[in-house]
Amino acid sequence: MITLNNIDKVYRTERVETLALQNINLDIADGEFVSIMGPSGCGKSTLLNLIGLLDKPTKGKLLLDGTHINGAGDRSLAKMRNEKLGFVFQSFHLVPDLTVLDNVEIPLLYRKIAAGERKKLALAALDRVGLSSRVHHFPTQLSGGQQQRVAIARAIVGKPRIVLADEPTGNLDSAMGDEIMGILQELNEKDGTTVVMVTHDDRFAQQTGRTIRLFDGRQVA
Amino acid sequence: MNIANLKLAFRVLARRKVFTAISLVGITLTLVVLMVATAILDNIFAAGKPESNLDRMLFVTVVGRYSKDMSQTSQPGYGFLQKTIRDLPGAERYAYFTQLQTAVIYSGAQRIETQMKRVMPSYWQILDFHFIEGAPFTAADDAADRPVAVITDALRDKVLGPGPAVGRTINLGGQKYRIAGVVSRVPITRMSAYAEVWVPIGAVTAELQRATIGEYNGLVLAHSRDDFPALKREFNTRVANYTTADDRPGMETRSGLDTAFEALARPMLNNPANTDAGLVLRTIFVTLALIFMTLPALNLVTLNLSRILERAPEIGVRKAFGAPKRTLIAQFVTENVILTLLGGALGFIFTIIALAALNHTSFIPEAQFNVNARVFGYGMLIAIFFGVFSGFYPAWKMARLNPVNALRGGAL
Repeated sequence: MITLNNIDKVYRTERVETLALQNINLDIADGEFVSIMGPSGCGKSTLLNLIGLLDKPTKGKLLLDGTHINGAGDRSLAKMRNEKLGFVFQSFHLVPDLTVLDNVEIPLLYRKIAAGERKKLALAALDRVGLSSRVHHFPTQLSGGQQQRVAIARAIVGKPRIVLADEPTGNLDSAMGDEIMGILQELNEKDGTTVVMVTHDDRFAQQTGRTIRLFDGRQVA
Repeated sequence: MNIANLKLAFRVLARRKVFTAISLVGITLTLVVLMVATAILDNIFAAGKPESNLDRMLFVTVVGRYSKDMSQTSQPGYGFLQKTIRDLPGAERYAYFTQLQTAVIYSGAQRIETQMKRVMPSYWQILDFHFIEGAPFTAADDAADRPVAVITDALRDKVLGPGPAVGRTINLGGQKYRIAGVVSRVPITRMSAYAEVWVPIGAVTAELQRATIGEYNGLVLAHSRDDFPALKREFNTRVANYTTADDRPGMETRSGLDTAFEALARPMLNNPANTDAGLVLRTIFVTLALIFMTLPALNLVTLNLSRILERAPEIGVRKAFGAPKRTLIAQFVTENVILTLLGGALGFIFTIIALAALNHTSFIPEAQFNVNARVFGYGMLIAIFFGVFSGFYPAWKMARLNPVNALRGGAL
């Protein structure tokens, strides 16, 4: 499903060159639940951004669902992100000016789907995360856990094959973290969605099928 | 543009009140000035009483005489018009009329300065004045050199007081004229029609018959605009062959048979040659409008750029979920266009107020400016253009944000 061959990622400024990832080789199969762990600054989020096609590797090959992404242009990358990927961020990143329902509809705006159908799919996604009663609320009217559930609904509304979660429990207390972890597990187990999750929490990493450990930009396990 | 993005655009504007207020003030002021200018131009160049046939009217307003050692540009003389527009094949009617002349009316001890035109009888058939009483003077009046006049209701009230005026006389420059008719006052923007009193051209002397330059304007009414090219061709041929007995060797004559817009352009550009003066003036107007829009547009661009960072995470999210650059540019440009349309709506209201104030003052004589559907349409087009003009660059910068940096609330 996801293949990384000899991936390097270097960040360059005028004076400094930082090697964020070095020689990463990784295969993630369809339907896997993988966690990425490591200390702060070890390159976890960089790796997730590369897998999520939000950034490009400096060196190496990256294949997503069998497609080389190295030379892909903006439009084809946008299309792949829209169809194959769903994102959950640590700080939720809900659009504050939109209602819960409108936030969840965002991925569908970039597909040719009629407004009525968009609404139906968004309501179904919100129902799945248990937020049917909050569809007309604004993000600031929700708790952190509820906001993250909205973010998960937004990630899954387009039925992507892969969900990428960057510390999805990082801003939540443990009870809410358990709740979010439960939803991600259900997604993986019931729908067969591939989930790649960055986490600092060993407890949650142990609940995934495999853990990739990074240290100073290198894959150590 | 879907409903969600439309709703978002309004919410963004409502949420960022200071930004919206500052932007709206700038946009509204700009659009008021442009819409007032559009309304004035519309009142000059669009058909309207008494120039209801303006779309079919052509004018000769300037003639140039050139030889090796002299050049002279002036209004046409009677003789020149006789040789160039009289009985033009394909023309429905023609007329000559003088430029505005200041004439004095003596009414008892009162001395009233007034604006007068001398006109041919056919003038009344080309322009459709609203006669409150009486009728225009006739060809018979003109042929018999009778001192008759048509005056406006405003002048009647000033000189004779309200009440019937036809048949009464006024003392115009020391000569008594019998009033043949009274018309509704005419705005000064109706340039071929405007005056306060109209009298016949009267006896045409031999000198007048020979005059190349003088104080006249020529007016030709075509059957339709489609006849303009043929009429202009024939006019140009006549001008090319134009000679007078006292011409110096190599003397060349230049003039133009122009639409109302071209007729304004030609003397402004001091261009009696047969080039397209109208196009040049149109280009000047559009360039001035663009220059005028540039400063407030730059102001809006700066405001828009400053709020990019505020919305960077949203841009990151949209990119992460598959928004291509083009779609994001369209979204942000549309948001800006909505803002400028709001400014346009406010500008429209203030334009109506400004025009009413302009009509109320005597700054422009007999001004009757109004906002019609055409001016409204132009106003909205200007607003949309302003929105795209000021919105594209910030939208392009927003759409180019790296998604990872954008999600971090990053820099441009």
